[in-house]
Amino acid sequence: MEAQITEVANTTVQLAYALDTFYFLISGALVMWMAAGFAMLEAGLVRSKSVTEILTKNISLFAIACIMYMIVGYNIMYPSDGNGFLPSISFFLGGDNTVEDVLGSGGDVYYSGMSDFFFQVVFVATAMSVVSGAVAERMKLWSFLLFAVVFTSVIYPLEGYWKWGGGFLDADFGFLDFAGSGVVHMAGASAALAGVLLLGARKGKYGKDGSINAIPGSNLPLATLGTFILWLGWFGFNGGSELMVSNVDEANAVALVFVNTNMAAAGGVVAALITARLMFGKADLTMALNGALAGLVAITAEPLTPTPGLATVIGAIGGIIVVFSIVGLDKMKIDDPVGAISVHGVVGVWGLLAVLLSNGDATVTGQLMGIIVIFGWVFGASLLVWFIIKMIMGIRVSEEEEYEGVDIGECGLEAYPEFTKGGAKS
Amino acid sequence: MKLVSAIIKPFKLDDVREALSEIGVNGITVTEVKGFGRQKGHTELYRGAEYVVDFLPKVKLDAAIDDGILDQVIEAISKAANTGKIGDGKIFVYPLEQAIRIRTGESGAEAL
Repeated sequence: MEAQITEVANTTVQLAYALDTFYFLISGALVMWMAAGFAMLEAGLVRSKSVTEILTKNISLFAIACIMYMIVGYNIMYPSDGNGFLPSISFFLGGDNTVEDVLGSGGDVYYSGMSDFFFQVVFVATAMSVVSGAVAERMKLWSFLLFAVVFTSVIYPLEGYWKWGGGFLDADFGFLDFAGSGVVHMAGASAALAGVLLLGARKGKYGKDGSINAIPGSNLPLATLGTFILWLGWFGFNGGSELMVSNVDEANAVALVFVNTNMAAAGGVVAALITARLMFGKADLTMALNGALAGLVAITAEPLTPTPGLATVIGAIGGIIVVFSIVGLDKMKIDDPVGAISVHGVVGVWGLLAVLLSNGDATVTGQLMGIIVIFGWVFGASLLVWFIIKMIMGIRVSEEEEYEGVDIGECGLEAYPEFTKGGAKS
Repeated sequence: MKLVSAIIKPFKLDDVREALSEIGVNGITVTEVKGFGRQKGHTELYRGAEYVVDFLPKVKLDAAIDDGILDQVIEAISKAANTGKIGDGKIFVYPLEQAIRIRTGESGAEAL
């Protein structure tokens, strides 16, 4: 009889393990799909002469992120040992849990190690995707990809270790960042800002007299589709970050995270749309799209403790901030074609501070420390890496290539060729 | 023979094509063009920055016709493309020296 009870208990533990692993993998797959969202959003918001190149950057950076994170990034972020500031170094992935590991752990080991890697690797790809939009239409393809190698193998994993790998931001300062308003989004935006500052604005964006010229995106249906894809993927981003779903409390928590994530995006859209209408006199679609993403970034640092009402407000404030930030960055002549620095960086900071509204464990010092350390490290290290790449091979295409379009210059291929010339002569 | 070249508002193209068919014009060539006249351009808004669209999209249609129906053609186009608002377009008439149907080699009025 006792043997049977033990067997049933063990089977239950194994089923819970299977369920949580499955949940982790599906969440990771949803986050992977965010790469498609970024690709479509960025393709829609650049000019038609830069579409092929931005798509090439998006799919290549995703692949590079996966490879570099497998080789060393994951091990830096989640090291077997470290002093809280510097992790121990190792390479490639270890083996997975055995049945004995799981049953003997008393519930501590409740999902597959490989599923954890899979979930984490799509996050580093997300952070890197933030960069590509901001430097669009003028950065050299191979300089960008070289930066992606360094960012995804060292720069992101190290700050990730400081928070999620148990490093000093987590252990010493109690910095809270549930799914990565700071660790992922603000980090990506910090790297993007460093790149944009060294790169300069697109030719013709700012007039000599200080005027700001609009450079309309080539395909707003694609930009809208991309935003919806990101919105969908975000349920995996935030929902998966609960890390567990296999009991009533955890299932409820996951459901609340889904609801709050959705509400924040809704709040962001409405607030951005109204703000743009009041400021410009027109309902600006691209601002509404950025508003959705701003709402999502804002709730990502804490999607579990707010009520759905508060989540809507947190997202709405993000939606207002993003419109002012985009206009403000333009006034400072920081050219960001897709608004990535505003959406992920400026609103990322708001998201980290908004944790204080609903989570009693959060401290002002802890949140500020997290913001300063992540921004300082990622911005500083990125600036250095961009600068070294600039010295070695340059980061900006020639003026003529920029005018002709990076599609032809970098990829030798136009996204919409039938409008300019027919097929090859027979 | 005359070549009638008309710049019209794109959404009026179907009306003009029908009006021309009714009076026996057997073929027209249509080109999407951009330009400005008295209508000038208009301003649009993108991410908070206004910009001027200098050249507005129009449709240019060319019809090679016999001298005898010139007045009817001008009247048909003028009537069908008219909205009464600025930007309705213009009609230009050129003398046409020769016309040849490539398939048969017919020339002159026979080829129209």
